Amino acid sequence: MSFKRKHLLGLEDVSAEEITHILNTAETFKEVLARPIPKVPTLRGKTIVNLFYEASTRTRFSFELAEKRLSADTLNFSTSTSSVKKGESLRDTAQNIEAMKVDMVVIRHSAPGAPHYLTQCIKGSVINAGDGCHEHPTQALLDMLTIRDKYKYLKGLRVAIIGDILHSRVARSNIYGLTTMGAEVALCAPQTMIPYEAEKWNVRIFNDVDEAIAFADIVMALRIQMERQTQNFFPTLREYHNYFGITKERLDRANKKITIMHPGPINRGIELDSDLADDDRYSVILNQVTNGVAIRMAVLYLLGGELQE
Amino acid sequence: MSGSKFQKAEKILLKNVTIIDDGYNEQKQWDIFIIDGKINAINPTSEKTDFNGAVLDLSGKLALPGLLDMHVHFREPGREDEETLKSGAHSAMAGGFTAACTMPNTNPATDNREVIEFILDEMKNHLFSIYPIAAITKDQQGEKLAEMAELVDAGAVAFSDDGKSVANSLLLRRALEYSKMFNVPIIEHCEDAHLVGSGDMHEGFVSSNLGLAGMPAIAEDVIVARNLMLAEYTGGKIHIAHISTKGAVDLVRQAKDKGIDVTAEATPHHFSLTDEAVRSFDSNFKMNPPLRSEEHVAAIIEGLKDGTIDAIVTDHAPHSIEEKDAEFSAAPFGIIGLETALGLVAKQLVKPGILSWQDIVQKMCKNPYRILGLEAPQIKAGEIANLTIIDPAGEWEVDKFNMKSRSRNTPFHGWKLPVRAFAVLNNGYFYLAEK
Ligand SMILES: [Zn+2]
Repeated sequence: MSFKRKHLLGLEDVSAEEITHILNTAETFKEVLARPIPKVPTLRGKTIVNLFYEASTRTRFSFELAEKRLSADTLNFSTSTSSVKKGESLRDTAQNIEAMKVDMVVIRHSAPGAPHYLTQCIKGSVINAGDGCHEHPTQALLDMLTIRDKYKYLKGLRVAIIGDILHSRVARSNIYGLTTMGAEVALCAPQTMIPYEAEKWNVRIFNDVDEAIAFADIVMALRIQMERQTQNFFPTLREYHNYFGITKERLDRANKKITIMHPGPINRGIELDSDLADDDRYSVILNQVTNGVAIRMAVLYLLGGELQE
Repeated sequence: MSGSKFQKAEKILLKNVTIIDDGYNEQKQWDIFIIDGKINAINPTSEKTDFNGAVLDLSGKLALPGLLDMHVHFREPGREDEETLKSGAHSAMAGGFTAACTMPNTNPATDNREVIEFILDEMKNHLFSIYPIAAITKDQQGEKLAEMAELVDAGAVAFSDDGKSVANSLLLRRALEYSKMFNVPIIEHCEDAHLVGSGDMHEGFVSSNLGLAGMPAIAEDVIVARNLMLAEYTGGKIHIAHISTKGAVDLVRQAKDKGIDVTAEATPHHFSLTDEAVRSFDSNFKMNPPLRSEEHVAAIIEGLKDGTIDAIVTDHAPHSIEEKDAEFSAAPFGIIGLETALGLVAKQLVKPGILSWQDIVQKMCKNPYRILGLEAPQIKAGEIANLTIIDPAGEWEVDKFNMKSRSRNTPFHGWKLPVRAFAVLNNGYFYLAEK
């Protein structure tokens, strides 16, 4: 199939065919990455700006590496949203980008919809690298690639996403992507961290981690932000860990084969025990990181599709 | 006649017009003779025209008593770049209004005699009438009562800390008790600040999808419930500003049944749009109260129909292009509404048969004047010619670049609306809207 999108803003409206096509394309780039010189000239002469308004070493490195592997010229812009007056900086920056005739922009921003807004300001392609609590499509794609690597399929698999769903763009993109691909999704969190009317996503909702684990083939743990505690989403980190932490004891009690994922960085001993994160009988967390580069290469390649020949 | 300026209504004959007011049969047409800004006579339409003044053939048009928008923000003093009293008045006249109540969140706030006097002075000898609403509390800070008696003396017709609720229940109790002495309403923006937090849109499945912080409907409901209880307890007059939730409509309905002195208003955007519109992340769909879901919109329409909601207001809230042109969460709340209100009322309420033009006159003229304790205009010989003339077949397309407001923040750009304001008359002046 040909990939017709100009932007990748989220997975909510991306079809199963498109997702499959991205995953398959990423597979071919994994081969490229395995070569002695893991570099192709695909995006030579094209300029990509990485616009990071929010600190994210992992995602930014992953995109940068993907861009270098595709031989693109890259510019990096990072600042924290809090240091610039809200609203002004994105418009100003967008105007500069437009003046520099940039082909693609990878944006991470604390405001949901910031990438959508950017598409109104510039002519190039926009890739959402995480917009507030909204979406993080390349993360969900790399998660799906990792799952598919291990199980060879997605349809019918049961995935439990455990943690702060309310504030998680990773959760939303995975809910959209996984359900589109026919997986069964469950959400598990303290009720304060379950979004309003979340059941309308056609997901199961648990407030009990043991039930979520019993349901799942794959457990996707989410990072807990320490400051949520002071906002009373849960009383203490201690209580969070005791009631929602994913531990070896819980897995042993469930007595089943299970795969553990985490978008990183992990709060070890809070949402996920250290020994589980590092145990490759369970954890595919490092595969996620490797697949991240391949997925981002695939997305850049497909959105820059008309650039080749 | 020039469209851009109003002119003296010295001698005008409005011919062949259908009158929408008490006592007139809508099947008949009338000739309204206006001399020196007053209605001199109203006769059944006849052919003879020995009248030596301007004659305007209004066949097919409707004459309504002049419409009053009891909730607008004109930004003067303080943000004249967004709107001035005069540009706001111009926008309102183009939308078919002859009067408006300005909210006090100006800079400085309308919490003292000088600002009220400035507003009234600025609008002296103008077609458009402004009835200022004053702040309940000093600088709208919610801490100390403003000098209410003096403000009423100066010309304030109501009190409001619009933009937020008076969080302190004791202070609101005092305001309700104190304002009873002048028989003016306390207009409350009903919103529990803690429940709303830093919310950007209605809390519902759409906000969950978009990852935008939600403003739950119940944040409005709990304050409406509190306010109704305080109004009952004090016997004060409470008016619920821009009601937007099913819960609030139900509470007001029950309170009216109980005999509590409560009235309520709703905006055209709250009966025309749902939170689904926010999926575009277009900040022109960001307002407070936020666009709600289908069931709430249905409740607003039901409330308008059964009389629970007394008034239709625009909450006209101009913002500069620079401020609105931003990510959704960074943009300010509010949209302009004066020039689209009548068209939306026609499209959403009159055309579908929910309300008649007679009902609209109640919601946009008679009830607002009554709520404020003012005398509403009447189409009657001897009265001031305070009229709104509309073209019920004047379909037009909303063009944000072609508006009288200084701001452009409308979510209705590109909408086709079935009805348009044609002209307004008031205070001895006449204004013909551009076609
Ligand atoms: Zn307002």
